[in-house]
Amino acid sequence: MGASDFANLPHIGESVRRKEDYRFLTGAGQYTDDVVLANQAHAVFVRSPHAHAQIKSMDVSAARQAPGVLDIFVGADVANDKINGLPCGWLITSTDGQPMKEPPHPILAQGKVRYVGDHVAMVVAETLEQAQNAAELVQVEYDVLPAVVDVADAKGGKASVHAEASDNHCYKWAIGDKAQVDQAFAQAAHVTRLDLVNNRLVPNAMEPRAAIGSYSRANDEYTLYVANQNPHVERLLMTAFVMGLPEHKVRVIAPDVGGGFGSKIYLYAEDVCLTWAAKKLNRNIKWTADRNEAFQSDAHGRDHVSHAELALDRNGKFLALRVHTDANLGAYLSTFATAVPTILYATLLAGQYTTPQVYVEVDAWFTNTAPVDAYRGAGRPEATYLLERIVSRAAWELGLGQDEIRQRNFITQFPYQTPVALQYDIGDYPTCMTQAQKLGDVAGYAQRKAATESKGLLRGIGYSSYIEACGIAPSNIAGALGARAGLFECGEVRVHPTGSVTVFTGSHSHGQGHETTFAQVVASRLGIPVENVDVVHGDTGRVPFGMGTYGSRSISVGGAAIMRALDKIESKAKKIAAHLMEASDADIEFANGEFSVKGTDKKIPFGQVALTAYVPHNYPLDKLEPGLNETAFYDPTNFTFPAGTYICEVEIDPQTGVVRVDRFTAVDDFGTIINPMIVEGQVHGGVVQGLGQALMENCVYDKESGQLLTGSFMDYAMPRADDFPTFNIGHVCTPCTHNPLGTKGCGEAGAIGSPPALMNAVLDALAPLGVKDLDMPASPNRVWQAIRSARH
Amino acid sequence: MIAVCKFGFFQGNHMNIQLKVNGKPVQLDVAPNTLLVQALRYNLNLTGTHVGCDTAQCGACTVMMNGRSVKSCNILAAQAEGADVTTIEGLADADGTLHPMQAAFKECHGLQCGFCTPGMVMSAVDLCQRHPKASEANIREQLEGNLCRCTGYQNIVKAVQQGAAAMKA
Repeated sequence: MGASDFANLPHIGESVRRKEDYRFLTGAGQYTDDVVLANQAHAVFVRSPHAHAQIKSMDVSAARQAPGVLDIFVGADVANDKINGLPCGWLITSTDGQPMKEPPHPILAQGKVRYVGDHVAMVVAETLEQAQNAAELVQVEYDVLPAVVDVADAKGGKASVHAEASDNHCYKWAIGDKAQVDQAFAQAAHVTRLDLVNNRLVPNAMEPRAAIGSYSRANDEYTLYVANQNPHVERLLMTAFVMGLPEHKVRVIAPDVGGGFGSKIYLYAEDVCLTWAAKKLNRNIKWTADRNEAFQSDAHGRDHVSHAELALDRNGKFLALRVHTDANLGAYLSTFATAVPTILYATLLAGQYTTPQVYVEVDAWFTNTAPVDAYRGAGRPEATYLLERIVSRAAWELGLGQDEIRQRNFITQFPYQTPVALQYDIGDYPTCMTQAQKLGDVAGYAQRKAATESKGLLRGIGYSSYIEACGIAPSNIAGALGARAGLFECGEVRVHPTGSVTVFTGSHSHGQGHETTFAQVVASRLGIPVENVDVVHGDTGRVPFGMGTYGSRSISVGGAAIMRALDKIESKAKKIAAHLMEASDADIEFANGEFSVKGTDKKIPFGQVALTAYVPHNYPLDKLEPGLNETAFYDPTNFTFPAGTYICEVEIDPQTGVVRVDRFTAVDDFGTIINPMIVEGQVHGGVVQGLGQALMENCVYDKESGQLLTGSFMDYAMPRADDFPTFNIGHVCTPCTHNPLGTKGCGEAGAIGSPPALMNAVLDALAPLGVKDLDMPASPNRVWQAIRSARH
Repeated sequence: MIAVCKFGFFQGNHMNIQLKVNGKPVQLDVAPNTLLVQALRYNLNLTGTHVGCDTAQCGACTVMMNGRSVKSCNILAAQAEGADVTTIEGLADADGTLHPMQAAFKECHGLQCGFCTPGMVMSAVDLCQRHPKASEANIREQLEGNLCRCTGYQNIVKAVQQGAAAMKA
């Protein structure tokens, strides 16, 4: 079935209430820490208190004697058992043709620790408190080394994080035609320049990471329960690359997962340690992170330092963009860390604009900080922030409106080949902007500004027209660009004899509502009630295969796989129906849950065909297998390209520097929308994560000691209910041209589009005071300082 | 004296606590340092009450104690002696019919991953009992003690408004 037929099915576009809600609302959800296995022991990790140190000695004898202790595992045990380090899933090749530096990423420190929270030992005891008490008895003597926490110090050579990369440099990567870009700059009427920092963030899903390692001697099988977004990938990495186990002997279950935002994509040291120790001790072993452990050891996000230059002609048309970015990768290469500041970032720097030439150079650095990897948006927020900041700045320098400069440069012809590899299939950028202006009542802005000023406050308006690339694809091109994994998805549709359906999908749901949206897709296609469709995800023992949930890929890739499986179901069911109605296959039509014979009044319901498939008494057994159960793998031919315009209005108190978001309008083009309620919920959450980054969130390490200064909710400012107003949300629809649903990704848009909208609004408000620049977060202290510095 | 209980390993005498949980009398054998949330989750297997932080900031562990919401990570089980505690498991009717606030959260899509939800709902019920006519601004301010990373709070606020109206009806 194609995208336009799909969009016209009944119940597509309806806000069906979520199937998963009842269990979450009654306390019946089963998150990893809620799972209690028989014979369960508890693990606690001894973590490095230092950012960078040699381990001189370690004495676990006292800890071993502590009550309840079953065993203590240290780096030497890992080495003895030949457990490999954690792999990186994306190989980046430097501009000089050399592969990136890929130092080992051990699951327990091998003589050296490289960030506060690095794993030193694992203590396993009968109870959690026994494990905690024993962990405190592990004596480690450290020889503390100087630490580097930001890219400036990493370059400076104050310390070498890895012997394999003594200058801390992981790779230099570039995209675009430098000579042509330089030539465009030489001829430009105007050049706008900007230095900016994309602040480091801690993802902070509300459920801390947790895992239970389990082993069965009966069949030599391992089971890992883990709060994870992609259990099949977790299993593949752990078996094939780290532990050398046969994949079919390992089952990974990601039960209810309390939010991920990227941080639960990765294979973490704890997951491997628990699986490994489960067999050694023949015990089920649980570990649940404290929030302070989560702050220290979850993969962080962002942390870019960039210099950007935009060349324009005298009419404000963009001629070329030149960017240099230093990316902080942290102490080790997390699973997809290397792709974030390259493939997922630089390729988005054409944005919504016809800029003919773009050149981007990226240097990636090791530091003594937690590994940095994909966090909601992953590279695309960094690209959008840079581009939308410099575009608004160029507008101000040229005396153009923020809307006007964008409109003069919008791409309007599709498909559009950008100078940085991507080919946009479809979009309508001018309409998104005019809709946003209407919805956000930009016409009334001057009046609101006057009212604000009469109170002695400042008001500013900020625009951001973002684009993102979702559902990274296709596998063969990604492979050529260094991906070490496939990027397809798998879906199985199992029609039961009585006509109800179970769908098995590789797309894990940890808040996105797949159990409802995917059921809606299947129910609409088969003409059966949504209640009759259950969606199973998150278990390698039940789902055939899967690449998981990240990069806003679930509906467009996972949903497309289910659509393909449904095509097979429909095709087979039509043959069964044809047999039952004694008609030719070609004359069978299927709509609203009924098979009919073209040009006659003969029809039979879907349920009858399902029953016949499993009770094949009157059935063409000579040419058709019984049963109605189909699996499909779908590898996309392109990314999907959601885009939109966000407009933010802020009020600032110049006496205190407090920024208040007064209005926020988001108009997005997500193509066909299956469940608007769920999609809008994704936008709300994404916008607050983006505004959180712009207004308050900031992960800070002490520059000298490398200590994490923002290690709890007391120190790291999380957005709360009273920080933001109610948002205005609108949609434009240009269906994606290359998947069978016409859908585009919607999970990350909010976090991608909103930070520059807010910062542009803040800078617009502060412009009369002479403030030209400000880095995120626009906290009261920073805004107040900026106002003071501009005055003096 | 050293005693072992289901959850931990403690120095000192265990305490026998009597309280009511979700309308039923309960006896708990806990150590003096056992938190109420630990007793609920590990002694009583009421795992709907969640732990999302270690600084009493996130509110995922919020339950009702004697008619007021409390963060159960911030109170000892011993302090609940004689108390009447309601957890998310005890909010719906015995036949499974959702409490008006639970129903409003579902209707308004006030939850995504569901982890903060039990605490959020308990706080919301308390809020509406204390302020049946709370404005949007009041609701936002009153929910400061409950963190949600998924919803951006917008639909939670909507759910609380709808739930408040339904609770009055």
